[in-house]
Amino acid sequence: MLSMTNIPDQKSLSRQLAVAERRNKIKAFVLVVPLLLFVLASFVLPIASLVWLGGYNDTFSKALPETTRLLQQWDAKSPISEELAASFVTELRAAKLKDAAVPTRVATVINREQAGSLSKIKQVLTASDMASPFKEHLIALNDEWAKPDIWHAMKIVAPSFTPRFYLQALDHRITADGTIVSETDDNAIQILLFSRTLMVAAIVTLLCAILGFPIAYIMAHAETKTSNMMLIVVLLPFWTSLLVRTTAWIALLQQNGVINDLLVRIGLIDNDHRLVMMYNMFATLVAMTHVLLPFMILPLFSVMKSIKGNLTRAALSLGATPWTAFWKVYFPQTIPGLGAGCLLVFILAVGYYITPALVGGQSGQLISNIIAFHMQKTLNWSLASAIGTLLLIGVLLLYWLYNRLVGIDKMKLA
Amino acid sequence: MNFFTPNFPPYATAFEIAWYYAFRMICLAIFIFLIAPILVIIPLSFNAESFFSFTDGMLALKPEAYSLKWYRDIFANGMLDPNAPLSLDWLKDSWMRSQWMIALKNSLVIGVSATFVATILGTLASVGLSRPEMPFRGLINGILISPMIVPIVITATGMFFFFSQVGLAQTYLGLVFAHALLGTPFVVITVTATLTSFDRSLLRAAANLGANPLTTFFKVQMPLILPGVISGALFAFITSFDEVVVVLFLAEPDQRTIPRQMWSGLREQISPTILAVATILILLSLVLLISLEFTRRRMERLKIESFG
Amino acid sequence: MKMLNGKWMLLGALGTLAVTTATAQAGQLTVISWGGAYTTSQVEAYQKPWMAKSGNTIVSADYNGGLAEVKAQVQSGNVTWDVVDVETSEGVSGCNDGLFEKIDASKLPKGDNGASPLDDFVPGAITDCAISTIAYANIFGYDSTKFAGDKPTKVADFFDLKKFPGKRGMKKEAKVNLEMALMADGVAAADVYKVLATKEGVDRAFKKLETIKGSIVWWEAGAQPPQLLASGEVTMTTAYNGRLFTPAVTENKPFVIVWDGQQQVFDTWAIPKGSKNKDLALDFIAFSTGTKPLADQARYIPYGPARKSSAPLVGKFKDDKTDMAPHMPTNPENMKNAIVQDVKFWADHYDELNERFVSWIGK
Repeated sequence: MLSMTNIPDQKSLSRQLAVAERRNKIKAFVLVVPLLLFVLASFVLPIASLVWLGGYNDTFSKALPETTRLLQQWDAKSPISEELAASFVTELRAAKLKDAAVPTRVATVINREQAGSLSKIKQVLTASDMASPFKEHLIALNDEWAKPDIWHAMKIVAPSFTPRFYLQALDHRITADGTIVSETDDNAIQILLFSRTLMVAAIVTLLCAILGFPIAYIMAHAETKTSNMMLIVVLLPFWTSLLVRTTAWIALLQQNGVINDLLVRIGLIDNDHRLVMMYNMFATLVAMTHVLLPFMILPLFSVMKSIKGNLTRAALSLGATPWTAFWKVYFPQTIPGLGAGCLLVFILAVGYYITPALVGGQSGQLISNIIAFHMQKTLNWSLASAIGTLLLIGVLLLYWLYNRLVGIDKMKLA
Repeated sequence: MNFFTPNFPPYATAFEIAWYYAFRMICLAIFIFLIAPILVIIPLSFNAESFFSFTDGMLALKPEAYSLKWYRDIFANGMLDPNAPLSLDWLKDSWMRSQWMIALKNSLVIGVSATFVATILGTLASVGLSRPEMPFRGLINGILISPMIVPIVITATGMFFFFSQVGLAQTYLGLVFAHALLGTPFVVITVTATLTSFDRSLLRAAANLGANPLTTFFKVQMPLILPGVISGALFAFITSFDEVVVVLFLAEPDQRTIPRQMWSGLREQISPTILAVATILILLSLVLLISLEFTRRRMERLKIESFG
Repeated sequence: MKMLNGKWMLLGALGTLAVTTATAQAGQLTVISWGGAYTTSQVEAYQKPWMAKSGNTIVSADYNGGLAEVKAQVQSGNVTWDVVDVETSEGVSGCNDGLFEKIDASKLPKGDNGASPLDDFVPGAITDCAISTIAYANIFGYDSTKFAGDKPTKVADFFDLKKFPGKRGMKKEAKVNLEMALMADGVAAADVYKVLATKEGVDRAFKKLETIKGSIVWWEAGAQPPQLLASGEVTMTTAYNGRLFTPAVTENKPFVIVWDGQQQVFDTWAIPKGSKNKDLALDFIAFSTGTKPLADQARYIPYGPARKSSAPLVGKFKDDKTDMAPHMPTNPENMKNAIVQDVKFWADHYDELNERFVSWIGK
């Protein structure tokens, strides 16, 4: 509030206005601060640690700092120096005295790069007579130490900052001399999974658009009472637990499920030739379309409701066929709703996890499932992080696009 | 034009009339696709046999083909002595040991706490965001909504790493924070939506009449945006109540929630008990849907009153 | 302001809740195992007698295997599990990763026949951090109603889709399946790991798996295979032998186990590093791996005790009718063409083979 007691000159008035405006800005901002801090602590920092973990792994360099330095100097071609062998053995054995788990943890990391390294390093740990010359002693222990393979693996895993997990997430690997090569066909999978995920998301989006458009249309053009009834039919699935809906599809699609039983009962199929509708891509597509359909219908509905009928009527009275009137006049007006719905469904579909995991079998697995797999089963958390970060970048791009085209403040909930 | 008995104009072609009916048939089929899977669960949950399908007896409407045993199993599964006669002790045993009861308690504790956190933080932030002076509105809004957009597996993975570092993994507090985070975008969206239609001159009027900002907020602004806050809270609650991925990553076995319990049931030992639980959840979502519709109507009425 | 206070009170209350659940009271042990009939057998044979003897209580919970949860607990320093049932290979890799406490096996009680513990346990049953309780087998079984004429008898039949049509259930893991594929392809049991250590051997295993790839339904939890058989989703599936035995005997399900080409695996007890009840956990492990409890467990599930001194004590199933010996994976009759999983091989090759396996099933 401005003071009314003395009339200020213009300069100080504008200054006071600026002060007041700044104060208001701060006041508004202060209200947002608690949530912003909360989102920072429970979302932004976790995501940041995920991105970090995809490119940073100091298991090796922390336990064997001198060896790391020497490995970085090594050109990966010449035979390894006695200095490197000595540093490796002494640092490894010194680490064991501090914490017995450290050397085996290091060995596990090397073993990921070169299978069989684990047991060889364990031999080094338990050998009784490891003294100078270390290189010869190592080779005496196991002649694999004479080959460059295990040293190459060490050179690859030694740096703390490493692109190798991100490369692996894109079906590439880095070699000891720093060149990047593509993964062998036997081991390549990530690109395939990314493209399968995009394809599934695209098909589900298309199915949702095809199924959602008529529903939104009929809802928008029905009387209020009928339209409200239909809205409930659309909203009930929306509000029903995702797991309940997935359960429903399992009950319907199983070998001994409702649909197969029905088809056998009415004699369309033979009891011994029940349709396989579960644990495959089909189940994933059907269940995901069902789950995501309301996200398409609702924005379409709200756009169609605001479309005035007079333009279409004008087109009809000017001699357009119903089809032309629809396609040239009505349909273009629905594009904002259709675009919003498609982007939303696509974004949600790309990150889908639960439904494919339960009904998808192997062929219906998406990129989210492989992230969870590496998190929980193989414990290759660095790789899971790298794949997750790539997926995140893709989704954030789509989110940015959505914001540009639709605006997140336009996002409404039923 | 009446919906089901249309008056076709005299010049309508046979094709147009056929299309009119065909279109309605297509829509009907899509509506069935939407709703039938959910409705099918309800009768199946009363199956006397442990099948996921209708038995001959059920189709013939024989009473003995139907049973409440799966509903009983919700209470009994995990009890020390499920076959004891129904008594206070039986109920106590069930409340303390039934896996579904434990899951229900976890779901409620986590869901209610998370809703509380999400609603308070989200409402405050929305009030700030809707002020015309708010700086960096677009950016901040974008950040606040993003937990809804980022795939849940990524969020859960990040939380797993970060919460492990700070000692929040496998604690109730960590789960509450995680679920509160997932609920806040819904609160922000619904409350901001109510605030955009809020007449800000009311605030100035209250201030002119000598009310301090806090009184203005609670006496003037809050009652008007309350429906938005309530529906935001409902969204936050249902988000937590339906969430399984974060629980999979962050919870330990005795912190399992209802969806987590359903998840392992669906993957490991499919029994119609899950259908019974699902039926109860469907009824719950109906109740929520109706209460949301109620607050929406109230909101519209208030809007009319405040403008009229 | 009132609301803010309420919020902090609630957070405080939740914080306390989290703390009280984390620090279990003295005399209470949290034991984690695989659920279902298996956990029941452990509760009956180990936990109830131990609780009666020591006066302590046990909170028993299920998990699905894997070390992710243990790793999270150890890394965050918030260890709430005291004893976990893990496969030997996971016991070893968890030990390498510093997730488990070391256990001095020589301090375990002697066998009832006086044998020292290091002699009494069968070879491979003791590792640095994990002590075996039982040996189970990854067998395959079928639904006998699905095959009218000849029944499957050999591991090669599992891969014969012409003779025995229908889907196959398999565990979604490289371990177990690669060995099975090689044996089905004619590799002698003794040579399996030698062959699998070569590139050609791995190619051969994947080539064999490829022949039925389109018909495989992958399972992850031990409770799934009997479900898959019962619901008709598959006609034949790999499984832990006890999981098919129990429904076959107690519910008369038409499940038949084929003892050919199976792999025997140990299940072990391990203590997550930093458990707040380490001594109590050790006491429980010492008790439950004693001669009698191990033999008693066979009353509830057909898994072979890890101590030699327990074997003669194994009698009948809990129905007091079924003889357990013919159903034991350790029974010589069942071991004619079988292997014991090589933990050392898998420690070295798990990552390599699993990477290829993940890539293979994804295609």
